[in-house]
Amino acid sequence: MPLFEHLGSYIITMKGMFARPENEKMYWKEFMHQCVEIGVGSLPIVLIISMFLGMVMTVQTAYQLVTNLIPLSTIAVVVRDSMLLELSPTVICVVLAGVVGSKIASELGNMRISEQIDALEIMGINTKTYLILPKVLASLIVVPMLITLSIVISLWGGRFVGEAAGIINSTIFDEGLLRDFNPFNVTVAMVKAVTFALLISSISAYFGYNVKGGALEIGRSSTLAVVVSCILILLADYVITLILLNP
Amino acid sequence: MIKLQNIKKSFGDRTVLYDISAEFLPGKCNLIIGSSGSGKTVLMKLLVGLFTPDSGQILYHGDDMVQMSREERKELRQQIGMLFQGSALFDSMTVEQNVMFPLDMFTKDSYATKLKRVNEVLDRVNLKDTNKKYPAEISGGMKKRVGIARAIVLNPQYLFCDEPNSGLDPQTSMVIDKLIKDLTVEFNTTTIINTHDMNSVMEIGDNILYMYQGYKQWTGTKEDIIFSTDEKLNSFIFASEFLQDAKNMRMLEMTGKYPGQTPPTNS
Repeated sequence: MPLFEHLGSYIITMKGMFARPENEKMYWKEFMHQCVEIGVGSLPIVLIISMFLGMVMTVQTAYQLVTNLIPLSTIAVVVRDSMLLELSPTVICVVLAGVVGSKIASELGNMRISEQIDALEIMGINTKTYLILPKVLASLIVVPMLITLSIVISLWGGRFVGEAAGIINSTIFDEGLLRDFNPFNVTVAMVKAVTFALLISSISAYFGYNVKGGALEIGRSSTLAVVVSCILILLADYVITLILLNP
Repeated sequence: MIKLQNIKKSFGDRTVLYDISAEFLPGKCNLIIGSSGSGKTVLMKLLVGLFTPDSGQILYHGDDMVQMSREERKELRQQIGMLFQGSALFDSMTVEQNVMFPLDMFTKDSYATKLKRVNEVLDRVNLKDTNKKYPAEISGGMKKRVGIARAIVLNPQYLFCDEPNSGLDPQTSMVIDKLIKDLTVEFNTTTIINTHDMNSVMEIGDNILYMYQGYKQWTGTKEDIIFSTDEKLNSFIFASEFLQDAKNMRMLEMTGKYPGQTPPTNS
């Protein structure tokens, strides 16, 4: 399907999400279910990756600081700003595109192929609102939480490995974390998290919801959802950085 | 009653339905039959509103579904129950949750009332002790019965069944056919069944519409089929020698005459 056809179809699918729910209680239940699925389901991988990212960043930054003229606490400053501005939001969201995105696409694709979506339509339920909207809203709430957690864990990992490997004392690391801290960086991280969450959930839902064919197509659409999400995350990352951090 | 008037449907350059007009009656099992690619699935999807016709009318008690507003269509759909070919049960829900889903969505009843209704319909389709099982844990025939239970839980006026016997053994098929027939009579629903199964045609076909390459080729009852001279219908329904013999025997039984061929001998 040509790019503009996909774009038009994506916009129509997203527009279709906004309709009055048939039963608010059921939609709330589905929203909470999605929060748990996306949040709790991705928690272990987010924690593991974040911890190692922080650890590797500390060791690599120390390795690159070859002169004694720069204070050791600079390691913490570099780790903090790298994790906050780029690594936590972008790397974790690329991972989430794989974990959450493929899950959303394959779940909706399977529902489409096995006629579960048709069954809901025939019952008189707006399937875009019932199936896609809770996933998108849950992502918008949960992904920034996961990114916040990722930042904290990565800094903890960096602090831990700095002490354990004898690179930097914990007290100096903590000093560095507070040195020249610009709260605006947190805003940038959250803007990225929300934007990436929207991209991951809506693109995956679009590809899953519009699957045609059989089991093979579910796999294809799931892969396509992850690839497109990753590319758009990187593109959006560049645009946001350019807009918010351009000196 | 559902009435189709001059329905046409195309996908791109390919026309799949040509000028179809038909009536589907309440309290009867209305069958749509035809070979693969004859347009019966498209016709079924038009009837339930999953597709929109290029022209023509789909009248539910005189109201054209095509012209209905979104809200009116939503209301109508709550009067429709559908059994899908693959049952279309929600994998992540138990049997009880699947059947309760329409009640959860469209009623404000208490949990106890809903559970009572769920147990009633599960009992009606002869399913017991399956409430807490997931679709993956039950057989194909049981899935169909859960699908029927979910379709009838809101007491629909219209029941659609897409190939209800596909993938089932002959004995289970007969059970499903009998269940659909009984429910149709009991609740006076307008039941429309899309099927390939010749047993179903001969057992429950009160009103049969035979589709051939997108055209309405023949209509009648299961009794009419025996006497039909339509070559396309006969070659579709009585495709094998065995079925041809069965037709002749049925005709002998009904009229006392054996058509054309020499009667079978015991030698």
